[in-house]
This record gives sequence, C-alpha cells and structure tokens, in this order.
Amino acid sequence: MWDLCTNALDTAQLRGASYCDVRVMHLRQRDLTTKNGQVGTLAQSESIGIGIRVLANGAWGFASTDRLTREGVASSAAQAVSIAKASALAKQGDVVLAPEETYVDSWQCPFRKDPFEIPLERQLALLLAADEEMRRVKGITLTETDMQFRKIDSWFASSIGSRIHQRKLISGCGIAATSFQNEEIQKRSYPNSFGGQHSLQGYELIESLDLLRNAPIIAEEAAALHSASQCPEKIGTLILGGSQLGLQIHESIGHPIELDRVLGQEANFAGTSFLTLDQLNRLKYASSIVNVVADARLDHGPGLGTFAYDDEGVPAQCTDIIKDGQFRGYLSNRETAHLVGLNRSSGTMRAESWNRLPIIRMTNVSLLPGTWDFSDLIADTSDGVLMETNRSWSIDDRRYQFQFSTEIGWEIKGGKKVRMLKNPSYSGITTEFWNSCDAICKLTHWTLWGTPNCGKGQPMQTMGTGHGASPARFRNVRIGTAFSNQ
Amino acid sequence: MKPPARLRKSTSGYRASTTELLPERELHRMVDCVLRLARSTRAEEAEVHIDEVADSLTRFANNGIHQNVAEHGLIVSIRTVVDGRTARATINRVDEDSLRAAIEASLSLAQSQPKNPRLLPVPGKQKYRQVNRFVKNTAALTAEDRARAVRSACDLAVKKGQTAAGIFSSGQSQSVIGNSRGLFAAYRETRSEFSVTMQEDAAASWAKANSADVRALDPQKLAGRASEKAHLGVGARELPPGRCTVILEPAAVLDLVGFLFYDFAATALEDKRSCLNDRMGKQLFGRNIWISDDVYHPLQQGAPFDGEGMPRQRVLLVEDGVPKNLVYSRASAKAAGKKPTGHGFALPNEYGEAPMNLVFGGGDSSLQKMIASTDRGFLVTRLWYIREVDPYDKVMTGMTRDGLFLVENGRVAAAARNFRFNQSLIEMLNNVEMLGPAVRATGEEAFEMVVPAMKVRNFHFSEVTKF
Repeated sequence: MWDLCTNALDTAQLRGASYCDVRVMHLRQRDLTTKNGQVGTLAQSESIGIGIRVLANGAWGFASTDRLTREGVASSAAQAVSIAKASALAKQGDVVLAPEETYVDSWQCPFRKDPFEIPLERQLALLLAADEEMRRVKGITLTETDMQFRKIDSWFASSIGSRIHQRKLISGCGIAATSFQNEEIQKRSYPNSFGGQHSLQGYELIESLDLLRNAPIIAEEAAALHSASQCPEKIGTLILGGSQLGLQIHESIGHPIELDRVLGQEANFAGTSFLTLDQLNRLKYASSIVNVVADARLDHGPGLGTFAYDDEGVPAQCTDIIKDGQFRGYLSNRETAHLVGLNRSSGTMRAESWNRLPIIRMTNVSLLPGTWDFSDLIADTSDGVLMETNRSWSIDDRRYQFQFSTEIGWEIKGGKKVRMLKNPSYSGITTEFWNSCDAICKLTHWTLWGTPNCGKGQPMQTMGTGHGASPARFRNVRIGTAFSNQ
Repeated sequence: MKPPARLRKSTSGYRASTTELLPERELHRMVDCVLRLARSTRAEEAEVHIDEVADSLTRFANNGIHQNVAEHGLIVSIRTVVDGRTARATINRVDEDSLRAAIEASLSLAQSQPKNPRLLPVPGKQKYRQVNRFVKNTAALTAEDRARAVRSACDLAVKKGQTAAGIFSSGQSQSVIGNSRGLFAAYRETRSEFSVTMQEDAAASWAKANSADVRALDPQKLAGRASEKAHLGVGARELPPGRCTVILEPAAVLDLVGFLFYDFAATALEDKRSCLNDRMGKQLFGRNIWISDDVYHPLQQGAPFDGEGMPRQRVLLVEDGVPKNLVYSRASAKAAGKKPTGHGFALPNEYGEAPMNLVFGGGDSSLQKMIASTDRGFLVTRLWYIREVDPYDKVMTGMTRDGLFLVENGRVAAAARNFRFNQSLIEMLNNVEMLGPAVRATGEEAFEMVVPAMKVRNFHFSEVTKF
C-alpha cells in the first residue's frame, strides 16, 4: 500500500502539486436483518481504492480510483492536479494550511471479539430469537432486527512525510416492534431507533445489549401505546432519555460548531450556523451546569468519532465546546484553524470512503455527566414529561429552531412516573433550550451513543458520530407541538 | 498485506481512461465470467450486477471554488441461490480470484440461514423498452467547463453584492444485470446538475436543475433567479404562524410528496406500515390528484428494469384522488396474486419494492396566476429537513428555506422569516386549489420527480425561527 501512496505523492508533486495527501482504504462490511421471523438482508461487501487530494496553484483538487495499479494511481494523481488547476480559475485566494507534525504510526482500535470471526448462524440465531420474542406479543404487526459490522483499514500518506495506518472495527445492532391498530402506527425500538446502538467495538457490543430480555419489553410498550393518552400540548418540564439527548446534542450543538458550516462552505446544502465567529467565548450557549467536549481520543470511549488520527494526519484531540455554559470552541481543520485564532487544526477531518474528500466532521461531541441519580431526578420533578427514543428530528438550516418527537413518553407527577404518553414531541430555540437545563444525571447513567447516519457534503457522505449523554432535565419547554392543531 | 488483486490477474485486458466507461460488451463478458465461475460451485442459481460510475463535482462557496472532486469506480455484486436460500456479496475487484472469492462468500452467507419460503427462482430472459439517457456532451464536460460556469455565477454574485455557493456536477454511469437463466439487461446514463444559493445580508435564495443533457442546464439563468429572490428576501419580517394558504414551488412539492413513495409498495402494505393500509380504493385525496410511476416519461431518468432485471411497467397509482394500484416485486406479486410491475429492489432485502419514477398530474396555472389569485398566503421556494412525525396520518415536519414570501392582494408583498410546518400530506393533497404544469423538479430531501407547483389552502405552519 505504501508503494501506491508514494507513487501518487510523487506523481502529484511532479505535476505541480505544492501539497498532497493520499488515503488507500479497504472497507469490509456485513449486514444482517430479519423481518417478521424471516431473514431480510444478508450481504457482505468489500471495497478498496485510493483518494488523492492535492493543492496546486493555491487551490484544491481531489480524484479517486479503484484501479490500484501504478498507472491507475498515477492517472488519478494527475487528474487531481488538473482539477486543482481548474479550481484555481475560480478561487478566492490561496489555501493556507496550519502547520502539523509528521507522524509515522500504526493504530488499531481495541476489541475483544471480531464479529467477522463469529459464525453467521450464531448472529442470525440471536436476531431471529429476538424477532420471535417480539412477535409473541399480541398486537405486534411488524418486527425488525438488524446487525451491521464494518472493518476499515486506511493507509494515509502526505507530502510532509506522514505515514499512518489505522484499523477500525465498528459494530451495530438494534431491534424494533411496530403495531398497527385503529388507524394508528406505534413503534418501539431498542436500544435506540434507526438501527440501534453503534460503536467502535467488536461483537462484545452485541452481547452487552441483552436483546432477548428487552425484546418483549419494547413489544409490550408498542402495543400499549395505542391506549395511552396523547402527550399534552403545554409549556413545561421535560426530561430527555440519554439516546434522545444524544441526538439533541448532535443537531443543536454538533452541527453548529462545524467551522466549514460557520464559514459558509455548506450554505448550498447542509446549511450554515448561528454560531458566527463573533460568538466564540462570548455566547452563553447553555446553563452553567452544561459542559460539552468534542473528544476523538480513545480515553473518551469507543465512539463512532474515536480514532488516533483524522484524515488530514492530525492526532485525535479533546476540544472544549461549551465550558460552564460558555461557548468555547469550534470543530476545525488545517485550512480553517487560523480563522478562529488557532495555530493548529482540532483534528476533525474525515471521509466516508476512499472515493470521498475529507471534510470537517463531528468526532464524539458529548455532554459531560452531571451529579444527579436518575431516580432522584424523577423524584425531584413535580410535573413533567419524560421522553425516550427518537422518532423524528428536524432543525432549521442555521440550527436555531428544532422539533423532535420520540417513540414514548411518561407523565411525571409528584416525583413519580404515573402514566404512558403517546406521540410525545417538543420544540424550541437552541440556546434558549440549553440555557433551561437544570439537571444532568451522573456518570453511571452516561452512554456514548453512536449516530451512524450523519449526512453532509456533496457528493453526500454518511459518517458515524459519537454523543455521550445521560438523562437531563429542561424547564419551560414547548411540549406537544408536533401534534397541535392536526 | 498481499498486493491488490488487479495487480495479479484481470478478467479484462481493457481498462477505460479515468473518465470513460467500459464498453457494454466488456461488462457482458464480466457477467459471463461470474456465471461460468458460479457453475463450478454448489450454487444452483446465480445473478450478477455490475455498476460503474465516473462522476465529477465542483463545489463553490464564498464566491470561489473550495472543493473539486472526481471519482471512478466499478462494483460487482453477486447473488447465489442454494437450497432455497440466497445472499449477496459485493466487491470492487474484477480478477478471477476475487470473483471466485465473492461467489464463495455469497454461498457461505446463504447457507448460514434458514430456508426462505418466499424465494423464487431467478427470472428468465426479458424484453426491455429502450430509453436513451446518455448524452455525449454531458460525458465530455471537463473541470474547466464547470469552473468557467461557476466563475460566471460568482461574478454575478460579486456584482450584486451577494455571496454565491453551490455545485456543478456531471457524470456517467452504467449498470448491467445477468443471471444463470440467461437474463441480461444493460443501461447507461449521463447526469448533470447545477445548484446555487445566493446570500445577501441575512437573506438567501436558491435555484437548482438537473438533466441528462448538460445543454439543458442554464447556470447563469439559475444564478440570476437565485440572486433576484435573495435580494427580495432582505429584511424578512417575523409573521405569526398558523393555518394559511401556501403556493409551493415544484421543489417544495417534490420534497414533501416524495415521502409518499414507499407507501405505494405492496410490501409496505403487507407489513402494515403504509399510510394506504385500509385506504386503497377510497377517496383519500382531492379529485385533482393523479400520480403514476413512469420510468419512460421524457422528464424521468433511470433504468427500464428493476433489481431482479424485470422490465419496469408504467403504473397508475392514484386516479382522481383514489389510490388504485401498488407496485410489486416478483415475490410480493406472487403473495398478492398480482403480476410483478418491475419495481423490486435487488435481493435479498426486507423492503420489497418502491416506485422510483413518480409523475404527478399537473394543471395549467402558472406561479404568477396562483399569486394573483391569492388574497393572503405565502410563496414557498424550498423546504428543508423534512421528517415523518406520524406514519399513518402522514404528518410531516420541516422548515421553509431560502425564500419565503408573504403574498397579499395578489402580489408578493414582503419577505418573511422561515416557518416550521407540521402538515399531514393526506390533508394537504385534499386542499390543492391550483396546479401548475408538471416539471422535472429537484430538491434535497427526495429523489427527482415530475411534479407541479401547487396552491394549497389551510397549510399548517406551527412555529417561526429567527431568520
């Protein structure tokens, strides 16, 4: 692989590139699903290729190919340079990169059980057993389960001399039960919706989920939701479960802090951000108990945003985003760091595959744990709604106004969960919402959730991001808006 | 690590240059090679898909190009059948060793599962209606061509005191399917797309178009339209949300109604997750709503066959507001006692099928006519971040974006701050008062369709944002 990388670097520089980095990536994936007791998808895929990014005439060019021959790689490198020269026809100034050290390293994420070594029969048997547990429950009309495994090798080389090999192993799994009754569809998922939990782990993640115990619980809840009361529409107290709060962090903190969005580079597609450069160190983003970091280091946990180096060859870092409620930092890269007074990238450039350009991405953007025990938090709430497991999510293109709905809600009265609520939803303005946070649960309730499907960039790239969260309480929130006036 | 397979032995002595696709005969030869290799295994049947793509995309922001990419790739996807079981393995290497390994991987996956009682034998040879969606001018477009068009759009922005962002992409792709019963289908197409956002102060507007033929795109005209509307959007007023009349431009209609497409899958009804459950044959929408799926429509793109190689049929889905027909894969058709319509996804999958080439019936009302007929309402350029809130009532939420205008007394009166909506599509399609001509529309939430602009009464805006 290093020979191919060197070939690409040499060709690009010979053709006029002032800087070049290349990534050979080898991706292996296995997908298993079941539906109503039958195997649905059963597939594996493998893809290998090279992506070559160059600076020439002060502008960027990128080309990729799966032709991993000397001539194929050289042709692609030459194409990248010619594209960069075309970019220079409409550039707004020369690209300047923040300095970075040279690294020669090899890193592999830790895991205990390689899912590609676990017999498929065993994996399918577990999914089919969970599927059957859900189908036993009266009123369930659709059952779905899934497992997904990815093994990703990347070889990064740059013209400043870095040579970095990384191997990541990602596992994911989830189950869902759906009930159609009386002109209403209700659904419950475990451990999270839209594919479950995903992390940088091996098969040990699947074994930790205890699918068979949870399958009948969510199925019973899905069926029971039909006879639950409608979530009321009001201004009130909201407690969010950890996985829903993870998505709230993703949408209303993670995306707005991406410096490419802030600088207008996503204006045509993913949108921009209300966090203009003048807000840094000035905006009171949240209440003083809120602390948020972007942490790609393994110390933070095996998240989908965990790595040793980003796809620009910058080491993983932990960046303060919100410190005691104050806005403190953006996600940057080598090109944008100087715009916020940094002399170094925060190490967030990632690409979905060998055929995609690295762009600024969330790493693990996490809300640090607070001090509350969950049972104390419920006991301390006289009137509120607890909402769990995302059902829909939407936010405007500058990340101010959002609305979420969840699969299930629980009415809290006098410090107790008193009844199930269906069709719960809430909405708000980002900074008002985060400033209303008055309680965050402690580390024992904290989970590093994986969001495997974050879309950004053109051509579109799907990337996994991590979001650590524990349940938290928010005051004076608009509740029930999604179903108002329907 | 051992060297990549292509360095060892290739089934092909020919490789195209980076931006040229292989000749169809070469892909046919690869299909034959896979089927020949599969015959010497325990596979009872085999099916092979080959997809090749060569795409380029120039991205601009802040009045200059900031990303500019090109890719070339080819994948071979192999499905084998053994003892009533099937599975798929996909690779992007084409040497015989890799193909043989993929066949074995597919067989190994297939044999690890219980028998599938719904699995059908692979289909035999089919006849296809020809479509021509490959345009040499598009395939020949260069990075310099795209850069020049982008430069012109950016120059316009600078001249108007605005900031431009967007993309100009072009590409070509081909797909073939073959199986062990002699089926062979091939399709190739070109694509081009220009999308532009113009920003002026806090206001922004947007225009986008795509076509198989790049000559049908007019980047300057699109930039000009976005520029004019961005200027109109300056000084947007915060207005109260509520139920009101909206005039949805085609891109806004597309991104909303696009969420209906899977509801017309027979498998979705069988799984009871479609909003059409218990509603087929009933007056669900207004009588002015007609929807069909038609890959052969001149404004549509896509292959004339599905994931199993079955010919796509034109299907009338909604007639006079009444859902009449669904689309079927071979398996769902057999379960329902119907004929397959050529809308199946590649097997194995749990979703069955879907209409991918929706065409809505249009009318003869221009946007100007809709505006002139409106005492009070809102003109909506585009919608954003649309998600399903309720799957059976089909309540969708999302935001307006890049140009929301108050219409009063038959004219555009002012720019308005963006609203959030929570709106049932079923209700909306009962409240359509006027329809524009159906056009090929492109947005960001749904795939391209042929849809009209719509004037809709009683549309539900629930909240307002800060810009």
